[in-house]
Amino acid sequence: MTTTHTYEAVIVGAGGAGLRAAIEASGRVHTAVISKLYPTRSHTGAAQGGMCAALGNVEEDSPEWHTFDTVKGGDYLVDQPAAEIMCQEAIDRVIELEHWGFPFNRTPEGRIDQRRFGGHTRNHGEAPVRRACYAADRTGHMILQTLYQQCINRDVRFFNEFYLLDLLMADGRCAGIVAYELATGEIHVFRAKAVLFATGGYGRIFKITSNAHALTGDGPALCLRRGIPLQDMEMYQFHPTGIYKLGILISEAVRGEGGILLNGEGERFMERYAPTIKDLAPRDMVSRAIYQEIKEGRGVDGKDFVHLDVRHLPRDVIEKKIPDVTEFARIYLGVEPTTEPVPIQPTAHYAMGGIPTDVHGQVVVGPEETPVPGLYAAGECACVSVHGANRLGTNSLLDIVVFGRRGGMAMAEFAEAAEEPMLPDEPERETVAMLRGLLQGPNLEFAADIRSQLQEQMFDLCGVVRSEEGLRRLQDVLRGLHERMQLVGVQDRGRLFNTELMEAVELGFLLDIADTVAAGALDRDESRGGHYREDHPLRDDDHWLKHSLAYREADGSIRLEFKDVKLGRYVPMERKY
Amino acid sequence: MSARDEPSADLPLGDVLEASDEAEWWEGPPHEPGAKPRVGPPAPGQVALTIRIRRYNPELRDKPWWDEFRVNVEPTDRLLDALHVVKWYHDGTLALRRSCGHGICGSDAMLIDGRNRLACKMLVRDVAPKVTVEPIRGLRVLKDLVVDMEPFFAGYARMLPYLINDESTSDRERLQSPEERERFDDTTKCILCAACTTSCPIFWADDEYVGPAAIVNAHRFIFDSRDRGADERLQVLSQKSGVFRCRTTFNCTEACPRGIKVTKAIQDVKRAILFDRY
Repeated sequence: MTTTHTYEAVIVGAGGAGLRAAIEASGRVHTAVISKLYPTRSHTGAAQGGMCAALGNVEEDSPEWHTFDTVKGGDYLVDQPAAEIMCQEAIDRVIELEHWGFPFNRTPEGRIDQRRFGGHTRNHGEAPVRRACYAADRTGHMILQTLYQQCINRDVRFFNEFYLLDLLMADGRCAGIVAYELATGEIHVFRAKAVLFATGGYGRIFKITSNAHALTGDGPALCLRRGIPLQDMEMYQFHPTGIYKLGILISEAVRGEGGILLNGEGERFMERYAPTIKDLAPRDMVSRAIYQEIKEGRGVDGKDFVHLDVRHLPRDVIEKKIPDVTEFARIYLGVEPTTEPVPIQPTAHYAMGGIPTDVHGQVVVGPEETPVPGLYAAGECACVSVHGANRLGTNSLLDIVVFGRRGGMAMAEFAEAAEEPMLPDEPERETVAMLRGLLQGPNLEFAADIRSQLQEQMFDLCGVVRSEEGLRRLQDVLRGLHERMQLVGVQDRGRLFNTELMEAVELGFLLDIADTVAAGALDRDESRGGHYREDHPLRDDDHWLKHSLAYREADGSIRLEFKDVKLGRYVPMERKY
Repeated sequence: MSARDEPSADLPLGDVLEASDEAEWWEGPPHEPGAKPRVGPPAPGQVALTIRIRRYNPELRDKPWWDEFRVNVEPTDRLLDALHVVKWYHDGTLALRRSCGHGICGSDAMLIDGRNRLACKMLVRDVAPKVTVEPIRGLRVLKDLVVDMEPFFAGYARMLPYLINDESTSDRERLQSPEERERFDDTTKCILCAACTTSCPIFWADDEYVGPAAIVNAHRFIFDSRDRGADERLQVLSQKSGVFRCRTTFNCTEACPRGIKVTKAIQDVKRAILFDRY
């Protein structure tokens, strides 16, 4: 049984980017939002520390400084015109959120309070600047809530617990999507003039990750399968402070409020790596520093973790400004942060790469950036690229509201002018074949075994530090896992809430995404931002100041193309902090 | 008796499949407890955890049943991790919701040893050697630990959960003092997991009652100095489905995984109605 729906705009994903796009589009065209979770379960809600905008509420600041920090933080792989737009529009977006009721922490004068965050500096790197607007350490939660509230107010149509299973293309344009209703097992075809993917990240390719179970790269993987390349997939961010073994995020805000990192010898080691801004260096540098300390035997008790220390902070700062992460340490580690240092290790956190778009969320392919009519993307699944090779903390929440809004506007404008698309014949055919394959699969392999091996190998061989030898080994492993995936089946053959079936589908997405990350990482024989090759430790602007585009060939192999970085006023220079 | 002993339900996607495919359905490898090495003695550092789960799957049986699984997990694993071992290696049909895994998305509220908790905020060491898991109460069970959340979110939407203020705004933020901000701080923490609402005996007994979570979210706006919609919300909450149904049993406060003082928030709203002050 298939149900066909017709909308002008269909948004897939109900995190910050999807909801912000929906607010824009739903006022103009007939809009539906498809989400595999209830919107308030989206992972935007896990973001903690803040959202940067050069309001200058507590000290002098300017959008131009913010742009510079973003470009430098991204190790110059950032498209500078896009970064400029983001940092300029940041102020309006923060004020807009406030007008929608966002409960910002306040200064004594009643203005939006701001705090320090990694890589955000005064006057091109002089010293840390207070730029991050925040609500305690639940800023993402409050953004998600505020945007969802606005959607309720606007009566936005949601299809909750619907999984995206296919992207429909016809006559060179996007024609809609195919989705699976979890509650009933029914297939739904959504015909749409414009589709916007806001499906989030894909941290679940890694073992230690801050990402939710739901973050399996569904949107990017389907683009890849439909011939659309994925950009800069080797650029993945490892956040320095994940809870040891679990990967749960401990916000950079902890260091913004004065927390410091200590190695096994009790030394504040970041002073050696970033003498000026120390513990508030960008995430890629701090993660590598931790890796280096551990490698040289200065982990705590000889193990693979270091300490995050807040014992010297006033009690009310801990309880009022970072209460949630304090609780995480208590619950998951049994550690009392006011009296004990917290064991942390780098955790897979954020995908800088993704579906290539222009600054209007329009998906573009190839070095010439040819638009795919009717297809848009925003948020972590997209690559604008404002984060380049390493995202600065808080810039993801900014990205989702700036480019979510822009994508929503652009898709509405397109839908207002466009003709109804023709659907391909039997649009659900491939989806049904895929599900049938899993439902009838030989069931000789556990999906969970394949997933855990994928995650372990990706984390070990394609993590904070990479090498040619390791990446070649990884590609062999991935080939083997793809083969074993053919032997996966499901035990649950029912229609109702068949999450086992959906998890198997998601594993397929993860494997496809992992291929592109590994291929990009192997090819890029330099080190830049979040991508560090121990066999090529230096940045190589002569050969690598360019974006990678990964295509999937018919035989499943990955082919890479490249396109120029859009430079601007900031000339690449050595990245020191 | 468990799901594994039952004949399988009708094939999913039945129409499509039956028309085009006559292949036999594989039974797959054995999934009985004991058949997998994972269910041997716990490895060093692990403990054996017995999980008793109240199951329901209308495709298999008309009535709920109890199932029991034994898994080897680490004491510092989350109960959610243990449930994943069950689902991934013992019985793939087990249905539960989860996403973030650290208590911020609100997906995995369950009745755990008789109390509403998030499975991702309970550690194995706190429940071992044996734990009982049931769906939260008062909402219709759809399958295993999955309940129908629609009435819950409908109650939330009745609270007009968005800032109401038609006054013109400048291109800068509205001012709000830290003290004004503090008044509704606690209720902004709500993750809509339904642990409070489904722990409330009044909610179990009375379909009309909006329940604690909805009131918490009304509180979040009523006590926000920027909001002008308090009258409308208090109007809704003073009806018989509203706040005076509360009998102050404190179950909700005890159940809240975010530590929100839910009963206090409800009392704040009652007082706002009675004394027209907020």
